[in-house]
Amino acid sequence: MTEFKPILASLGRHKLIASLLALLVALTCAIVCNVAFMIQRQDALTSLPSGVAEDQLVLVESANLDRTANQLVRHDTDLAALRMIPGVESAAAVDALPFNGDNWTSSVQTSPDAQAYQLASLFNGTRGELGTLGLKLVAGRDFRADEYIPLDAGRGNEGIRHVATAIITKALAERLFPGQNPLGKSIYPYDNPIRVVGVVEHLLRPGVDAGADNDNSILFPMSPDTNSVTYLLRTAPGERARVMRQAADTLYRLDPDRVVRDPQTFVQLRADYFQREREMIGLLVASVIGLMFVTALGITGLANFWVLQRTRSIGIRRAVGARRADILRYFQTENFLIVTVGVVLGVLLAVGLNLLLMAHYPLPRLPLWYLPVGALALWVLGQLAILAPALRASRVPPVVATRSV
Amino acid sequence: MFAYYLDLAVRSLKRNPVLTALMVLAIGLGIGASMTMITVLHVMSGDPLPGRSAKLFVPMLDPRTPDHAQAARAGARDTPDAFTFVDAMNLLREHRADAQAAMSSGSAAVTPADAGQHPFFANGQYVTADFFQMFGAPFDAGTGWTNAQDDARARVVVLNAGLARKLFGDASAVGKLVRLDNTEFRVIGVLRDWHPQPAFYAQHGARVFGGADQFFMPLQTAMELQLSFRGHFSCWGDGAESRTSDQCTWLQFWVELDNPVQVFAYGRYLDNYWRDQQAHGRFPRKDAPPHLFGLMAWLAHEHIIPDSLSMQMWLAVGFLAVCMLSVVALLLAKFLRRSGEISVRRAMGARRRDVFVQFGIESALIGTLGGLLGLAIAQFGLWSIRQRPDGYAHLAQMDVPMLFGTMLLAIAASVLAGLLPAWRACLVPPALQLKTQ
Repeated sequence: MTEFKPILASLGRHKLIASLLALLVALTCAIVCNVAFMIQRQDALTSLPSGVAEDQLVLVESANLDRTANQLVRHDTDLAALRMIPGVESAAAVDALPFNGDNWTSSVQTSPDAQAYQLASLFNGTRGELGTLGLKLVAGRDFRADEYIPLDAGRGNEGIRHVATAIITKALAERLFPGQNPLGKSIYPYDNPIRVVGVVEHLLRPGVDAGADNDNSILFPMSPDTNSVTYLLRTAPGERARVMRQAADTLYRLDPDRVVRDPQTFVQLRADYFQREREMIGLLVASVIGLMFVTALGITGLANFWVLQRTRSIGIRRAVGARRADILRYFQTENFLIVTVGVVLGVLLAVGLNLLLMAHYPLPRLPLWYLPVGALALWVLGQLAILAPALRASRVPPVVATRSV
Repeated sequence: MFAYYLDLAVRSLKRNPVLTALMVLAIGLGIGASMTMITVLHVMSGDPLPGRSAKLFVPMLDPRTPDHAQAARAGARDTPDAFTFVDAMNLLREHRADAQAAMSSGSAAVTPADAGQHPFFANGQYVTADFFQMFGAPFDAGTGWTNAQDDARARVVVLNAGLARKLFGDASAVGKLVRLDNTEFRVIGVLRDWHPQPAFYAQHGARVFGGADQFFMPLQTAMELQLSFRGHFSCWGDGAESRTSDQCTWLQFWVELDNPVQVFAYGRYLDNYWRDQQAHGRFPRKDAPPHLFGLMAWLAHEHIIPDSLSMQMWLAVGFLAVCMLSVVALLLAKFLRRSGEISVRRAMGARRRDVFVQFGIESALIGTLGGLLGLAIAQFGLWSIRQRPDGYAHLAQMDVPMLFGTMLLAIAASVLAGLLPAWRACLVPPALQLKTQ
């Protein structure tokens, strides 16, 4: 403690510069804490598990132009041909997929007149959807062949009022039936009861959002009968490129009067969906680095100035017996004191900035553990920035004391 | 004197090139980052229809049940952003504004005349007759359709220049037939590549900036043919989830009101409509009266500019603040190291003001250099934003006011940053410093 005293006395004579430095550290600390939190949120969003066998899936969107045709028959014909492509292990027609943005959201209750509800995305597909997606069944069973009915899209998806069974995600099961076995229970997206026959580990909704219930999904045994549909093909990772090429050719050969949208892998779908988030992460990381760099610049610049200004006093200290380590420690301690003041101020600013952001943007509260981590980062930064000037100071020879300038 | 101070400043900056470079770099980074984001927000918050926007309004009615409104609020939507078909048709029929139109986005498969080519999807807008005149969409050839054609569900279409050129080359498209989703439509008009930015009239979504609508066809024709619609389709209650239900919102509705009297009168009309419908058991949310938004207010209400962008701008401004603070510290150090020189000048008769001006000029010089660097960095930043996949990416260009704004900001910031150090420098007393020499 005794060595703080002369430092404080000396800092007292440089209030302006010292407070500028502390302010710089505080501002950086506040911004870095909040930006780090944003990075963490974006990163958590982009690494959400989709629940599907991502590296084995290829998808092709197809739209028949003949709306008078029986779409179920058209889809079945297409699927039969797609399954013939060498390397295709299974295929299904679906109306929704994680990241494809086609989101049919409905409120779901546990009884027709319950007040509480969950918002969930509804997924419909032909037989074999579960297996093709590679969803992991953690309880119950897959749909039986006799449970499938048409979606009846032409009449406002009327099938939802007649479907008898559903498979839900574990997350949704826990929210709808906390602490209970969901199997055999009924859910009510509309007025008719639908029995839960299976639970899958994960199935991400077609659109995700930070802070939302992204895993609230329900699968129904309803075959999409819209003229536009997504065909999903399961294949070995190495076969995907060839299967994609052949899928488009196969579909056009069956019926040239249709639109086949660029076939793509699920990996690509996911990457495209999160492109903005990934760029945001890159930008945020770059800004943290930039902030740290500029702050270090300020600290080093000022330290250099101080060392030059105090060359004589350093010489005198050395002449009266201070070792090099003492001089080094003097500057390090001084920096530590200034950064500490800045960090204390910065922690308060960080919380304030977070409150300000929360008032204007959909952001949650900053977890408190970011504050000590941010503080630590700035202490380390301060010590690194001071090292070179402090070492230079410690090399000032005692003989300087005897010179006049 | 200015030239002399400038010369002094250049000498001083040359004396310590590393420090000078670091200061210029700090200013350049801060200015570059913030000007990139400010430019992006500036171009995005522009008026999509200059001259017309003040007369365009969005009426908004909330037909939802309180339950549904609550569920939607959990999804961060407090007011509905669309109309039911029933209300849109009522307002169209009653015709109380100078012009009014209902619309929805959609897409259709276009079959090229050349049989060798595969059909492709084009994005378009299903609209009612007043749309073109109300928004002043410029026709290259032909015209729009009439209210009678709306009611008759006519198979007519207006193409935007891009699709017309793609289908018919340089030949006139008007009068030609085009197959959209397997139905023949007669082209009655071609627009002169019309794509207001943002596409304010559509439901806000990923496509609001960027791609232009390629075709426009009568709304009720599209409904009769069950073409594909895009955008939110939000239903409540137990009715059938059909496009014609009064319990499903999905349409955008715009009115043109030429003067404040009409705006007031239309507001009154909406209130009456709302009460009248309530008497018939609709609009159960008594706490949500109708609202009339102006165009720019509507864009703000709909958060047309992504939150992430404005957040990035504030981050950049914060970064600039840190850079400036750092430059203040460096300048202070640099100026005070020259206390000896200052005191000599002061002793030889320079006034405080002279010293202040001298150091002010030195800071301004650093600011100018930093501003130039910032300009280059901002150009690079805008270039990298143009590589983004977002629809607004192509807008990220710096216009002349932004160019001047950048330089002004850089010089203002650095003069501001230099104020405190210059003031401290001019306080250096002549005598005391000379004694220590």
